[in-house]
Amino acid sequence: MHMDPGDATRPALIRMLGVAKSYRTAEGEVESLQPLEFDIREGEFLSIVGPSGCGKSTLLKLVGGLLPATRGSIEIAGKRVEGPAGSIGIVFQNHVLLAWRTVLENIMLQIEVRKLPHGRGIEHARELVEMVGLKGFENKYPWQLSGGMQQRASICRALVHDPAILLMDEPFGALDAMTREKMNLELQRIWSAAKKTVLLITHSIPEAIFLSDRVLVMSERPGSIAGIYDVPLPRPRTLAMMGGVEFGALAQTIRAHFYAQGSLDA
Amino acid sequence: MSTVHLWPRRVVESQLARPLILIVLIFVLWDLVIRVFKIPPYLIPAPWDVARMLVAEWPRLWRESLFTGYATLGGFGLSILFGIPIAMLIAYSRLVESYVYPLLVFSQSVPKIAIAPLFVVWFGFGIFPKVISAFLLGFFPVVVATVMGFKSMETEMIDLARSMRASRLQMFLKFSLPQALPSIFSGLKVSATLAVVGAVVGEFVGSNSGIGYVLQIANGNFDLPLMFAALFVLSMMGVILFAIVDVVEKMMIPWHQSRRADVMTVTA
Ligand SMILES: Nc1ncnc2c1ncn2[C@@H]1O[C@H](COP(=O)(O)OP(=O)(O)O)[C@@H](O)[C@H]1O
Ligand SMILES: [Mg+2]
Repeated sequence: MHMDPGDATRPALIRMLGVAKSYRTAEGEVESLQPLEFDIREGEFLSIVGPSGCGKSTLLKLVGGLLPATRGSIEIAGKRVEGPAGSIGIVFQNHVLLAWRTVLENIMLQIEVRKLPHGRGIEHARELVEMVGLKGFENKYPWQLSGGMQQRASICRALVHDPAILLMDEPFGALDAMTREKMNLELQRIWSAAKKTVLLITHSIPEAIFLSDRVLVMSERPGSIAGIYDVPLPRPRTLAMMGGVEFGALAQTIRAHFYAQGSLDA
Repeated sequence: MSTVHLWPRRVVESQLARPLILIVLIFVLWDLVIRVFKIPPYLIPAPWDVARMLVAEWPRLWRESLFTGYATLGGFGLSILFGIPIAMLIAYSRLVESYVYPLLVFSQSVPKIAIAPLFVVWFGFGIFPKVISAFLLGFFPVVVATVMGFKSMETEMIDLARSMRASRLQMFLKFSLPQALPSIFSGLKVSATLAVVGAVVGEFVGSNSGIGYVLQIANGNFDLPLMFAALFVLSMMGVILFAIVDVVEKMMIPWHQSRRADVMTVTA
């Protein structure tokens, strides 16, 4: 049994404190994120939707400590982010599996690079492989897998060191609708079993609602918060809920933001 | 229905058979052209004359090809020894790149055949000037391919490494280097064949040994069969060196695309 999704009493784990980002380019400064102020609570599943180019990936990299903020700051568990934090796993938009490593070796890369104990690492890796349905493919190379399987392997790699925070940047963008729904169900199961704080970037509104405790809608570039919505649906959620009245109404409200802006990221 | 094959399919499709079949075809065509157009032997020798010369002069050709072989291997070895580290410096340092790269490109535009006589003046008639000549031709492709290999790392892969808090050494050993290997090997293959050319250029300008020297003599005597035989030996040297690099590549990067014999993808 998971905590109540809308539980505002849980402490904030990740805090955006007026964080903003401008990229320096040949044509001068390009403002991609306006100062943002919001919290992600411990154990929360928060999704971000927004038109393409509004700065979603930029925000994820800021949280991951992969990019320096131009102004403001981000705190994780009370500590200012100044580089990649220890307890983070990132799933990138492209699976970024190393071609010269098998599935299991790719997952174990996280353990090797972080110099964590090999024995426990490989045990956990095998558990994850089983959970995401890649059993029997441990010794295959990435090119021998389908797109969905590649992305599942990269999710295992992001989870194998048991991070407190999971960041995902449009992880299912390249998948077909059926595989995507399956992945959504799997992700919900992983999240409720492992009690992680998840930040998911997606361009699918139904996916965001289905998985999240809260959905954050961003405006067009330079990105700012256009709205934050609680998802009051009970857990565990089923695909059938997507046809429900509550689900439909929330999806409509969120979609209205994009029609107002005249653009839908798809 | 049955199809009639000239050779059993297994033979035709084997890796080694195909180039051999092509060589045989070229020989037949060569012979045919000479007969049909009545080309005199002082312009193009008949394939049988070349083959006979190859057999008759084999001890000499073998002895001379050793000299050329040593110079080639020396130049190729130096190309690897200097090319890869310099390429890494160029790939990792903007400063080094801005100073060294333009100079390298400039030096490559100097025709080697024009400066080869200088090496004779500087280093005499021994093997050393030939090694230098082979090195000068073999060096550049190694540098260019290696620089490209190290620079072609995707930003997402760099982000992945950083998210794992990889040290500089880990970044190099676990990410950059394996990622650059296919490109490095393609540079080595070009370099291997060019090193042979370099060694021969060195022998042309000042030597009394090596296949380049045999070519000079044959040329002076209008001995076309010997010349063609020498050219054949040279080509074989290039092929053998190329094949050795290819075998090493197969062992070091069995995972690369070009090695995927039977591609089979599974669906989720
Ligand atoms: N490295 C960069 N240099 C310059 N501009 C960038 C860079 N990365 C992203 N941008 C710009 O910042 C804006 C936000 O990009 P991004 O965060 O990737 O958007 P999203 O993920 O929402 O599609 C875009 O307009 C993009 O062109
Ligand atoms: Mg993006």
